[in-house]
Amino acid sequence: MIKVSIKNLNLFYNKVQALKNISLDIEKNEILGVIGPANSGKSSLLRAINRLSENDYARLSGTIILDDTDIFTIPINDLRRRVGLIFATPVVLPGSIHKNMSYGPKLHRRFKGSELDEIIFNALSAANLWKEVKDRLKDSASTLSGGQQQRLCIARTLAMDPEVIMMDEPCSGLDPISTAKIEATMFELKEKYTFILVTNNTKQAARVANKTAFFLAGELIEIDKTEKIFTNPADSRTDGYIRGKFG
Amino acid sequence: MTFRIGPRTNQIIAYSILLLMTLITVVVLFFIIGYVFKNGIGQLSLEFLTDKTRDMGKEGGILPSILGTFFVTIFAIIIATPLGVGSAVYLVEYTKGGLIHRIISFGADCLAGVPSIIFGLFGFIFFVIKLNLGWSIISGGLTLAVMIIPTIIRTTEEAIKAVPHSFREISYSLGGGKLDTILKVVLPTSLPGILTGVILGIGRAVGETAAVIFTAGSSLGIPTSAFSSTRTLAVHFYILAREGISMPKAYATATVLIIIILLVNFIAYRLMHRFMAKYY
Amino acid sequence: MKDKIAEKLLLFIAFSAILSLLLITFFIFQQGIPLIFKVGLSNFFSTHWAPTRGNFGILSMIIGSLMVTAGALVVGIPFGLACAIFLAEFSSPPIQKTLKPIIELLAGIPSVVYGFIGIVILVPFIREHFGGPGFSVLAASIILGIMILPTIVSISYDALLAVPNTYREGSYAVGATKWQTVVMLLLPAARSGIVAGIILGMGRAIGETMAVIMIAGNALKIPHSMLDSVRTLTSTLALELGYATGDHRAALFACGSFLFLIIILLNIIAIKITGRK
Ligand SMILES: Nc1ncnc2c1ncn2[C@@H]1O[C@H](COP(=O)(O)OP(=O)(O)O)[C@@H](O)[C@H]1O
Ligand SMILES: [Mg+2]
Repeated sequence: MIKVSIKNLNLFYNKVQALKNISLDIEKNEILGVIGPANSGKSSLLRAINRLSENDYARLSGTIILDDTDIFTIPINDLRRRVGLIFATPVVLPGSIHKNMSYGPKLHRRFKGSELDEIIFNALSAANLWKEVKDRLKDSASTLSGGQQQRLCIARTLAMDPEVIMMDEPCSGLDPISTAKIEATMFELKEKYTFILVTNNTKQAARVANKTAFFLAGELIEIDKTEKIFTNPADSRTDGYIRGKFG
Repeated sequence: MTFRIGPRTNQIIAYSILLLMTLITVVVLFFIIGYVFKNGIGQLSLEFLTDKTRDMGKEGGILPSILGTFFVTIFAIIIATPLGVGSAVYLVEYTKGGLIHRIISFGADCLAGVPSIIFGLFGFIFFVIKLNLGWSIISGGLTLAVMIIPTIIRTTEEAIKAVPHSFREISYSLGGGKLDTILKVVLPTSLPGILTGVILGIGRAVGETAAVIFTAGSSLGIPTSAFSSTRTLAVHFYILAREGISMPKAYATATVLIIIILLVNFIAYRLMHRFMAKYY
Repeated sequence: MKDKIAEKLLLFIAFSAILSLLLITFFIFQQGIPLIFKVGLSNFFSTHWAPTRGNFGILSMIIGSLMVTAGALVVGIPFGLACAIFLAEFSSPPIQKTLKPIIELLAGIPSVVYGFIGIVILVPFIREHFGGPGFSVLAASIILGIMILPTIVSISYDALLAVPNTYREGSYAVGATKWQTVVMLLLPAARSGIVAGIILGMGRAIGETMAVIMIAGNALKIPHSMLDSVRTLTSTLALELGYATGDHRAALFACGSFLFLIIILLNIIAIKITGRK
């Protein structure tokens, strides 16, 4: 089943065209890896899907369909609840861990009794962070380590009960152990969510992604099963990038 | 043999002169404060602060002026804070350069440079006479509000600009709207900076004379309503000193005034520093 | 929806400053300008001020204002620049951190306190050592000079800090001393900011009222020396507004209009120079 379907997507910032006629489909409950050198439009793609690109005064053309609905017909707050985005550097909001976790859910509805605490418990557990923070929910979130902060950001997104989780180079600032923890989390969560993982680390895509898309200078060069991309890509530029010839 | 000063010597001379002039400036400041304190601290007492003013200020305390200052200032702050903070929010969050931005900041910059006597004239003709509010706490408060709006706009603007852009992105990506983001992320994060602006506004209001003397009046009674005429501390001090009513009382009043100003500046400075340490 | 309403409301609020400015302009001009037309420019710009008898000349006050302002600049510019240069270029961060708020505190001290210090210290000092009544152009100049210091310091300081560090490094690299760098490179580079600071300081000096009333003597004549008593535009406003009626009050507003115009002009020049956004 196709979760997100992108057709003929073009995206411009002023004069720069960051995405050129992109078409691709993302299957439900799979992890799509997106690789490519810097400035190839990977972040722009993610920001187009949850319409964060509107804040950058970007112009879009083409269609993006989420579950048979054009995203431009979905109220923007709903869309962003359903499509979560994790940034490269973990950004925790000022205030406690608990406050960070409750921020998103509270934006969307009111909660009674222990309902919210339950959501927070579930999200933190799913992000494999509960054990580490259960006694310090009232502590400032900035006291967590980098890896923990990134998992908090994942948990914060999970607390919104999203359908699609997009990650923009989520491990670029993390050590190998924290990276492994996050990859394990993603694997566990795949059952319930659809992932788009932008990564500057091709090996990470090889490890976790079902399909991988290669972007270059705003173009989608190719998208295929991950094994295929990494063993026998159709385009020589893909091959070159994976072998580290450029980027 | 010609005598020529080398660049090193030159530098030492220049440095000494700069140092000396800076020291003189600092000494002048401490001298002003010290001189007033030296002559005024001894006159201070609980009675002075809590007693009615008698015999035009020759006798008694300054309770009416303390109350008057308090009410006029509070009034001004209540009006000016939402306007100033709202303007700053609009400037930073809703305009991206452009004509509207230029018009609004031009207004704020210009208003900041308008001297207090002009505010006094304006408040007198507009609030006191045209709106028929008379010499009153309301007229004084409104006039001071207009005067301190730019202070609050500028400080709040800086504080809001210092909130990392990523905080806003997080809020949007969690489905927050613009207003949610402003109310729940931007304003709480910049609160210390905003308070700094408000407190500096309080400082300006408390020390102001020309703008309040023609709008709040100079009545020495205890204010009973927002329409009472009142004499703020600064005005009372001005009248005591200029008309030579009582030097000891003048010093004592000035001491109270300066203590308030020092306190206000100290708090504003501390708040700003804690805020800056976090986000700059 | 909620967002749209909020935006409209905020836009409305955001116009409060410019709206206030327009209201001020309107009311002061509306009260004052008609009188100028009624009595004519030659009356208005004469030196004879006897508003209850139909003489509305503000020239001697204009000259008074200009004299004390010039005096204030003579005191304020060197000290202000010295402080700014010392702070920005010759002090370590901890010293900057202590000195800057101290100098800014000068701006927080109420005008009436400056005026008072003038009365109890400066005026008697001038009377005893230089002669004259003590209440004088000189006294007002010195006090105003101190009052405009913080404005000059903080804007010049910011301008100096805004000069990129590469300039300094380039200059030291060719063997210039700090002072040579300041004079030959930094001051020229920060020139526009410094000029803006001076212009705003000038605006403060022209507009200052209470301190001037208390120490300038307020005699209605053109002063012939620094030791003479002087009456400024602002003093006239503050001294007479309390009891003026009819044409007299209108004349004060006319005087206020003139003052306001000068201040706005100075502000616009300063804003243009600094090119704020
Ligand atoms: N907010 C923006 N404004 C203008 N140009 C942008 C903006 N964001 C990205 N770009 C430009 O768009 C292109 C694609 O950038 P991006 O999507 O960030 O690529 P990637 O994530 O692959 O590095 C780049 O040329 C970049 O400079
Ligand atoms: Mg990127």
